[in-house]
Order: sequence, then C-alpha cells, then structure tokens
Amino acid sequence: MFSNHKYIAFETIVIKEVRRFTRIWLQTLVPPAITISLYFVIFGNLVGRRIGDMGGFDYMEFIIPGLIMMAVIQNSYSNVVSSFFSHKFQRSVEELLVSPVPNFIILSGFVVGGMVRGLLVGGIVTAMSLFFIDLEIQHPLLTVSVVLLTALVFSLAGFINALFANSFDDISIIPTFVLTPLIYLGGVFYSSALLPDFWRGISAANPIFYMVNTFRYGLLGVSDVPVGVAFMILTGFTIALFIACLVLLNRGTGLRA
Amino acid sequence: MTTAIAIKNLTKTYANGFEALKGISLEVAQGDFFALLGPNGAGKSTTIGILSTLVKKSGGTVEIFGKNVDSHVYETKLDLGVVPQEVNFSQFERVGDIVMTQAGYYGMPRKLAAERCEKYLRKLGLWEKRNERSRVLSGGMKRRLMIARALVHEPRLLILDEPTAGVDIELRRSMWEFLTELNESGTTIILTTHYLEEAEQLCRNIAIIDKGQIVENTSMRQLLAALDKHLYVVEVESPIDSVPDWGDAPITAKLIDPLSFEITVDAKLSMSDLFRLFLERGIEVSAIRSKSNRLEQLFLSRLTDSREEGSDV
Repeated sequence: MFSNHKYIAFETIVIKEVRRFTRIWLQTLVPPAITISLYFVIFGNLVGRRIGDMGGFDYMEFIIPGLIMMAVIQNSYSNVVSSFFSHKFQRSVEELLVSPVPNFIILSGFVVGGMVRGLLVGGIVTAMSLFFIDLEIQHPLLTVSVVLLTALVFSLAGFINALFANSFDDISIIPTFVLTPLIYLGGVFYSSALLPDFWRGISAANPIFYMVNTFRYGLLGVSDVPVGVAFMILTGFTIALFIACLVLLNRGTGLRA
Repeated sequence: MTTAIAIKNLTKTYANGFEALKGISLEVAQGDFFALLGPNGAGKSTTIGILSTLVKKSGGTVEIFGKNVDSHVYETKLDLGVVPQEVNFSQFERVGDIVMTQAGYYGMPRKLAAERCEKYLRKLGLWEKRNERSRVLSGGMKRRLMIARALVHEPRLLILDEPTAGVDIELRRSMWEFLTELNESGTTIILTTHYLEEAEQLCRNIAIIDKGQIVENTSMRQLLAALDKHLYVVEVESPIDSVPDWGDAPITAKLIDPLSFEITVDAKLSMSDLFRLFLERGIEVSAIRSKSNRLEQLFLSRLTDSREEGSDV
C-alpha cells in the first residue's frame, strides 16, 4: 500500500473512532467529568480539609494529578476495548480485514482514537479542576509526554483485551478487577511515604504508581519515584504492548479462524 | 485464458479438528460468472473466507489474477470485493458513511470516494437513504448496501455469498439484472447460492463442493446437457384410480391423488411423444409442470453419486 493510501486509511479509522465517541458524548464524555468532579468536591474539598497537607501540598492539589491520570487511563482503555470489541461483535471488523489496510495502521488508528478520547476527558477534568485550584504546571514538556505515553499504553492494553474478548463480560473483567484496583492503589489519593515498607514495595510493582507520580512531578514538582525510572518503565510498556498487539494481529488472534 | 482465481490443493482444518477443505483445486477465468454450490457445511464459506483472508488456510496455494495471496497481500486485496452472507456493517452508522469509510480503507481520496459512493448507492437504489442509520434499512436494502460497499473500490473480482437469501422475488430479479450488467462490464463474479435457479440463470460455469471436496466442475451448459431425466407433475381433468401402464415408454409414474400424478421421463422423449402417450391412454391433461429445477436435480444426483463413491472406499 502506498504511503498516501496508508495515511488515508489511518485518517479514516481515526475519524470513525472520534465520530463514534463524540456521537455518544452523553455516555463517553459527560460521566467521567461528573464522577471526577464528585471526587474533587467530596475527597478534595470536604474530606481533604480535614486531612490537611499531603506531600507538602494542600490535599486537593495533591490528588488532582492522580484524578486527571485516572480519567486518561480509564477512557483510553475503555474506548479501544469497547470500540474494537463492538467491531468484532457486529462483524464490521471484517470490512477492515478484507481491505488492504496493514495491521500496524489498524492498530495505530484504534490506538490514536483511544488516546484522543483519553486526552479529551483528561482535558475536561483539568478544566474542571481549575474551579478548585490555581494550577501551575511545573514541567510542561514532561507533563505532556507522560500523559501521551500513558494514554498510549492503556489504549494498547485495551486493544489486547478486545482481541481476546469473546463476550461483553470479557471487556469489563479487566477494567473492574485489574485496572480499578491498580489505579486506586497507584498513589492517586495518598503519598507512598504514608505506607509501611511492605506496601511501599508492593506499590513499586504497580506501573500506574509510576505514571501518577511522574505526572504529579510534571504538574506539582514532587514525586515518590525517580522520574527517569518512571519514563523507562512507561517506554518499556509501550514498546512491549505495541509489539504484542502487532504479533497478535498478524497471527489473527480473535479475528481470523 | 487469464485466470481470476487459481486454487491448488487448498486444505483447511479448524482448531476443533474439523476438516472443512480436503485439498480442493479450482480455476475461475477472468470475466466468468461462476457458481460455487454445495449443501450447508460443504466448505463454500470456508473457501470464500480463505479468498478474502478472513480464514487462514492450512495448506495449498491461492492466486488472484496470477498473484499469490500470501506474498501479494495488497494487490490481491485491491482486486477483491466481498459480499458476505451475514450483515457485517455497524448498525449505528449512516448508509453513506459506511460506504465512504470502506473507500477510505482502500486509500481513496475523499473526492473520488464521494463520487463512487454516489454512483453505487444510486445504482443500488440507496442514494435517498444515504443519511439514514443502517439499522433502519430493510433486509433487502442491507444486502444492497453490502454490494455497494464491496464495489466502491471497483474490484476486478466480486465474491457474493448468498446475496439474495431472504430477498423478495422482485428485488432478487433486479439484483440479477444488476449483477449481469456488472459481469458484462468485465467484473468476474463468483456466487454461492441456495437458489439453484439463480445459478442456472446467471452463471456460465459451476463447481459443486461437498464435504470439502469438489465433486463437479464444469460449464453450466455441459452440466445441464447431462440431465437425462425430467420430473413433472401432471394434473388431469377426470379422476383416476391408478397410473396407467406405460408399456416400453421410458416413463415411471406415481399417483399423488385422483387428480394428479408425478412422472419421471427420459430426457430423450419429446413433449409431443409424451402427450401422444397421454392421449393413447385416454388421459386428459389439464396442466403439467416441472416439479423441480433442472439444476436442482443434477445437484442432488451429483451429491448422491459422490457420497456413494465415498462410501465404497
């Protein structure tokens, strides 16, 4: 396929994906904004006032980076997993499979669609946080890099989930039983300095812990983990998941009999 | 002869061990209108699945217009349009968007895609529905939409897997006309269908597949020439108790009810001879009709023959 044809195919998939989640904006954009606003009000404002400072910041300020990341992670993942599985379920994925679109373009198109939704919701949540705090970004480049990489990692993970999923149950198991606990235990609401040594060690095995802390470093300038290590972990996950997705697509896992 | 499709020793064994194709070989000439027939589970859809890359073959080679589908993925897919048996587009998208998106997958610039989209939606009577969500379309419209989608990149080879299943007679006839016109304009068409009349009307060549093997591969004319018996239902004016004795005439008969009987007649016997035999026996015929489609008789006899040969082994 010529490169201009590949670009048109890629653009087609991305536009289709964006059109899909914006068409159902009441299901895709509004609920996360409302949920995160409730976190701001309840945990940040009402409960946070009694907690006081965390990591040298007002509790509300401390949790905002984690809440933004939570929105990015959940929406990037759920967009790709639900969209690609719907294509499988309705068999409209066959439109793509019989066409000459290379596998890496199929993957890139869906992943970028997931990233756009993750970043859009992250943007909405960030905008809402401005009602509660004055946000000054300490390291803008780092902040943008880490949020992009995180959206990419979870879009890729959502794609793998969709490839293996055979039912709607299969696309909710990972977000419910794996993703949500990892996010909540990933330092969104607390500093790891509060944890006993054992639990701090466990947290170190949670990749989301690194993402949240690096993003917090970008926004607030403080982190529980070395930023360089966090970037290496993020990059490693991105490369590993991208390769895994391509291998599975080339094998036709979950797609070709 | 330029070959549109060349299949050699194609095998497919599914993960559960089911052997769907047992080494079939088949050639379809460019410009042909080809019928691939067989009972349910014979291997038709698996063959089409392999041609369209939705099913991974276990062995053998497949070439489309002389290019191997494994080594020339892009070129062979560009030449191919597929209309599947089941509806496989998003039910939430608009009719026009479905066709435009497919054009995008083929790398078609937006202006050209819009022109092609209009051309094929108009030809298939769907232009007025272009802004409707696809889920509101009738069954026949959904099938036509799948044909428009498969044609948007103007492939040289179109594969239709039971395109008229569940479609009313009027629409079926109009689809036949459309497909004939398309074939006459140079598109090679491969058709699977359960309506054998459809294959007889449209196709020039035919392959019958059963239990993963090709049991017949010939021209429609040759196949129909091989038909040696006709089956009719004869309705009579006055009630009869039993079928008459036909003497040496190559006829066997069976009474259905006092006013009708079924006869199997050697193809060599002319209709005039047949009516002479009726007159000689004092039978006043009020109506006579062919009981089954000619191809249907051959189809069933070929399947029976192949299964008997198989059981002898």
